[in-house]
Amino acid sequence: MLEIAIGIILGCCALGAGVAMIAGIGPGIGEGNAVAKACEAIGRQPECKGSVTTTMLMGCAVAETTGLYALIIAILLIFVAPNLLVNLLMSVIG
Amino acid sequence: MKDKKVSFIILDILFIFMMIAPLVGAIILKILTAPLSEGVSVSGAQIYFTIPMPLQDLPITESQVVSLAVIIAITGLCLYLTHGIRAGVKTKRQLLAEWIVEFVDKMVKENMGDYFRGFGPFISGILALSAFSSLSSLLGLYPPTSDINIIAGWSILVFILITYYKMKCGPWHYIKSFGEPVKPLAPLNIISEIATPVSMTFRHYGNVLSGSVISVLLATALQGLSAMVFGKLPGFLGDFGWFRIGIPAVMSLYFDIFSGCLQAYIFAVLTMLYVAGGFPEDEYQRRQFRKMQKKAEKTKAKEEGKALL
Repeated sequence: MLEIAIGIILGCCALGAGVAMIAGIGPGIGEGNAVAKACEAIGRQPECKGSVTTTMLMGCAVAETTGLYALIIAILLIFVAPNLLVNLLMSVIG
Repeated sequence: MKDKKVSFIILDILFIFMMIAPLVGAIILKILTAPLSEGVSVSGAQIYFTIPMPLQDLPITESQVVSLAVIIAITGLCLYLTHGIRAGVKTKRQLLAEWIVEFVDKMVKENMGDYFRGFGPFISGILALSAFSSLSSLLGLYPPTSDINIIAGWSILVFILITYYKMKCGPWHYIKSFGEPVKPLAPLNIISEIATPVSMTFRHYGNVLSGSVISVLLATALQGLSAMVFGKLPGFLGDFGWFRIGIPAVMSLYFDIFSGCLQAYIFAVLTMLYVAGGFPEDEYQRRQFRKMQKKAEKTKAKEEGKALL
């Protein structure tokens, strides 16, 4: 019985981490858009290349934040949560 | 003249020693205390020892030690670059130091305006500390920027600065600024105020941590691949991860060098934008102007009174 409980905990943690990383779609699309527009801008005005690149990197980094939230949750679910939950289960059982 | 030269060289050597010694010390400490583990694993910073404190024990971790080493090394670098600096005489290190100062000053002026001209040293401090902390992973040290506590400390410092500059027009003006544009939005404004340091922390820490996690995964995968290909060879030849030579360095070019420097730049730029954006400059200058007017009126009245007497 205990093995099944621990197995469910580990499996659900891994599943949750996978589901959390669906959030990676958003920043991917957003950053792709930003880079595409930056390329267009550089094509139109090649002399602005420096400032356009800097602004684009800045915007990309800010757009990445939501993806990083998901990543941190996924990392917590994989590396921290299983230990915590199994310990909790053990202390409940006694 | 020759005496002076000897002392100059001795000081130079001292500064270079100050640059290298703490990092070497941190590496030796890591080699001595690293636990023997099977294969590669992802773990947090290693705790060296804990100091008992009234509320909670204070653990001294690897990331604190490395970040202190980086701070000392940066101090040594600054002393080395500015050693023997003179107006009119151009040496290589003087040009480098001038380029750094001019770069940061230009950046501060572009992003923050004239009122915040004195912010150059603080911004360059953040930039250097963050960049060199991330780059310390190239030496095999635990990068302090992948520890959430270190970044949270910096973010809280920046948050205090932002709040200080928002309070420049008095606490009442600060409290009233939450009710903009309409009063019912106040809770959302408070949440977004708190979200600033949190998002700054997670952005920097998440980027560096994800880089190191992917590096570890890649190293494990390459180890497995080389075990599959060369596994049948006898003894050491079969056990050694041949594919782990060189290939992770290409990934490290992006994850350690590019990402680390970019995150340092972004942290500095966001600091500048938040501090300059939170400061109500028009209102502050109007108040200063009114104060000066009042002062002028007072002195004028005093002088008139003296003249009457």
